[in-house]
Amino acid sequence: MQEEKAFAKTGACAVRKTEGIPLRKILSRIYLIFIFILLYAPIAVLIVFSFNSSRTRAKWGGWTLQWYVRMFQDAAIMAALRNTLIIALLSALIATLLGLMASVSLLNMKHKKRSVVLSLIDIPMLNAEIVTGICLMLIFIALGQFLSRWGYTIEFGFATVLIGHITFNLPYTVLSIMPKLRQINTSTYEAALDLGASRWLAFRKVILPDILPGVLSGFMLAFTLSLDDFVITHFTKGPGFDTISTKVYTEVRKGIKPEMYALSTLLFVSILLILLIFGRGPKKKAASEHLSRV
Amino acid sequence: MSNRLIDLQHITKAFDGTTVLDDMNLYIRENEFLTLLGPSGCGKTTTLRILGGFETPDEGRVIFDGQDITSLAPNKRQLNTVFQKYALFTHMSVADNIAFGLRIRKKSEDYIREKIRYALKLVNLEGYEDRSPDSLSGGQQQRIAIARAIVNEPKVLLLDEPLGALDLKLRQDMQYELIRLKNELGITFIYVTHDQEEALTMSDTIVVMNQGYIQQIGTPEDIYNEPQNAFVADFIGDSNLVDGTMIEDRLVEIFGVRFACVDTGFGTNRPVDVVIRPEDLELTALPEGAEPGSEEYEEAAGRITQMNPGFLEGIVSHVIFKGMHYEMEVRARGFEWLVLSTRMFQVGTKVLMSVDPFNIQIMNKPESEDEKAVNPEGGIG
Amino acid sequence: MKNFRRLWLDGPYLLWTAAFIVIPLFTIVYYGLTDKTGAFTWDNILAMGTLERMKALILSLVLSLIATAVCLVMAYPLALILTNLKSGATGFIVSIFIIPMWMNSLLRILAWQTLLERNGVINQILQAMHLPKLYIINTPYAIALGMIYDFLPFMILPIYNSLLKLDPNVVNAAYDLGANRFQTFWKVIFPLTLPGVISGITMVFVPALTTFVISAFLGGSKVLLIGNVIEQQFTQVGDWNIGSGLSLVLMVFILISMAVMQHYDKDIAENKTAL
Repeated sequence: MQEEKAFAKTGACAVRKTEGIPLRKILSRIYLIFIFILLYAPIAVLIVFSFNSSRTRAKWGGWTLQWYVRMFQDAAIMAALRNTLIIALLSALIATLLGLMASVSLLNMKHKKRSVVLSLIDIPMLNAEIVTGICLMLIFIALGQFLSRWGYTIEFGFATVLIGHITFNLPYTVLSIMPKLRQINTSTYEAALDLGASRWLAFRKVILPDILPGVLSGFMLAFTLSLDDFVITHFTKGPGFDTISTKVYTEVRKGIKPEMYALSTLLFVSILLILLIFGRGPKKKAASEHLSRV
Repeated sequence: MSNRLIDLQHITKAFDGTTVLDDMNLYIRENEFLTLLGPSGCGKTTTLRILGGFETPDEGRVIFDGQDITSLAPNKRQLNTVFQKYALFTHMSVADNIAFGLRIRKKSEDYIREKIRYALKLVNLEGYEDRSPDSLSGGQQQRIAIARAIVNEPKVLLLDEPLGALDLKLRQDMQYELIRLKNELGITFIYVTHDQEEALTMSDTIVVMNQGYIQQIGTPEDIYNEPQNAFVADFIGDSNLVDGTMIEDRLVEIFGVRFACVDTGFGTNRPVDVVIRPEDLELTALPEGAEPGSEEYEEAAGRITQMNPGFLEGIVSHVIFKGMHYEMEVRARGFEWLVLSTRMFQVGTKVLMSVDPFNIQIMNKPESEDEKAVNPEGGIG
Repeated sequence: MKNFRRLWLDGPYLLWTAAFIVIPLFTIVYYGLTDKTGAFTWDNILAMGTLERMKALILSLVLSLIATAVCLVMAYPLALILTNLKSGATGFIVSIFIIPMWMNSLLRILAWQTLLERNGVINQILQAMHLPKLYIINTPYAIALGMIYDFLPFMILPIYNSLLKLDPNVVNAAYDLGANRFQTFWKVIFPLTLPGVISGITMVFVPALTTFVISAFLGGSKVLLIGNVIEQQFTQVGDWNIGSGLSLVLMVFILISMAVMQHYDKDIAENKTAL
């Protein structure tokens, strides 16, 4: 807001415009570009490597699409992709459902009790991932030892990873849904009850359409967080179970397969597209659905 | 000339291609309470921000005390601003807020302490030094904002809708406070508002603005009694604004009826805008069933024309009791006239409506396209 | 009937919170304060005292403090620049900092290996420009760079959000009262955005202090951080008691920064979901 003031005016509009952009503006543009390069250079590198026909990162061997073909033929990569997607989808779904229940019930709680429960739910978000991961690993170990007395075992793998992801997704979904729920005018809900709707019907027809944007953004947030997670998965997975992230981690020492670059590029572009299309979609849809029901 | 403190010359300002101020010229005298009045988007706040130094005009100059301050930074100007919604520093105590400008100027702590006490006394908030701005009511925050500005002894205080966020009762109290402050401080106040009542109550001079143009400059009485165009008439107070034809000097025709007036110089048979304030319309009830030509009708009409030639016949269509008076609507010749009267006329009453020639205000119709933009449709934002 | 409905609504998430958030915290305390036989001991905590581990802990603290400071110094001017851009572009600006996060985070850090290598992309560019080469891969510098890169958005967004919330007239009021740019910034803008700064600091400091991926990828095997030491206890050594004990020591630092953050309201939670 101050930029213009720094340099003198002669008064005439045309004269000022030809005086050029002030130094501050040029410097801030350069700085923006610098940060932009810092953030996007690694991504550019990865995308370029996914088209590199040489197997090693050190050499550029010309353009190729072979890794995009080969990744679909690699059973291990496809299994990791499947695991990643299923875990992300399921954990986001369950966390959203739990988060919705939590939000509704938290709003009915007394202030003090609510803030206690809320800060407990928030722990996985505020705590270090490594500690959350270790905590979850230990509880599964302890539970396994406890159950072994009756001959049961806990197998580290899909189920433990899923539980871990739901746990760290939960605070994010609650924090996406709660504010929307808070904004709602309770009298519309009461009006629905007054007009003879059951509680469930009133919730579904009056409240849900209003909080749908929050629910959807909570779901998307949980989905992308889960998709990208490494630390929690690392501690809660067992041998033989891999997601894309854990596969990258174990492959680092022997060298990453170029197929992984192709896979990640493909996922990156997919999410980008989904959010570009979806990003505006849900709000419009929610609004129109809401209207059509009224 | 010597008491022209501020001179705005040919000020033009556009945002994103939309002209907010167009070749505005205005001077402000020393020691005057000047109000910029108009609907939102009329350019009044932009004018104030140009004075404060928060905007630079695209064209034109701002002369302050004989010096060109057009591109002077706000921290170098001898004016202080009281912002909309107060803009207090919430991380500081009341005393630190007030001391802010003085500390910047490196005044001694003794001087600052004295000034804080003086300023708080002036705004009737003694003993509030250590309070946090967040803990104060809107009215109190407003006073602190004023105190913070005036301790710097500015020559001019700029006030940007300072009462907008307060409730009605407090707003009225603060109007008296501001007048008292201005008299005690003896400095120039430039006040921005969209509230015509505020403007009429406090100002020495009112500048009515719309769509980047000054519509009229004058005392509150001038503005109220003699609006220069349809916009001002419609914006200030309630009024009946109708089309008329100036038959000749001192004679205007409204809805086919000729009325005497006092205006001259509009030519002959020229279409004009006519303004009649609702309190200036005089009603005479007709007995039921009195038709034109009947004895009662002619008698009533005769009584009126003795005093004011010309009247309109109408029927009362709405009555609302407003405490001091009745607010009525009278339908006459297809137009709903607003009438204020201390006497009540039942809905359905047939009335004859007349008006004193002095209370008919004649205005030229807008001529150019630019002036047409000045129609009252803008309303009060 | 009403009680039943409440139970149905409250039950699942309360049970989940207890089972997978609260009880696990007690479990790590239990493991950290007992030996293999289950007897109470301080040994696992004191195990932090070895030279190697202390070096790792101190290096972690130093690097995460440096990374946090650099992030703050880089992010604040950036947030100021972004706030001064056209207000309509807000959503677009925020997405610019979020979009990179959709690329697998491990691969993104790995990409820095390629960029920083002896004959990596950066050095080839430097060579072409006849500038001295940069040899920082497998050193703490590379780890610090990785931290700054990975966590910078966590610093930018809270500061940007708190700057957006700032009433422009408060800034104008400071100028109006005679303050210059410098005074306005230090006396008004910075103090009023302090909650955003604090929440940015915790959001960078905690993950930087506890990371083991960035050091594993950019520090070679030579540089160990406390995160690597703990991770190895669980995945390679298999001594959960010592691992838990070391984690408890680490948690002390996390708790300190969480306490600081709690002092400044719930902004951090808001800012995390803003991502």
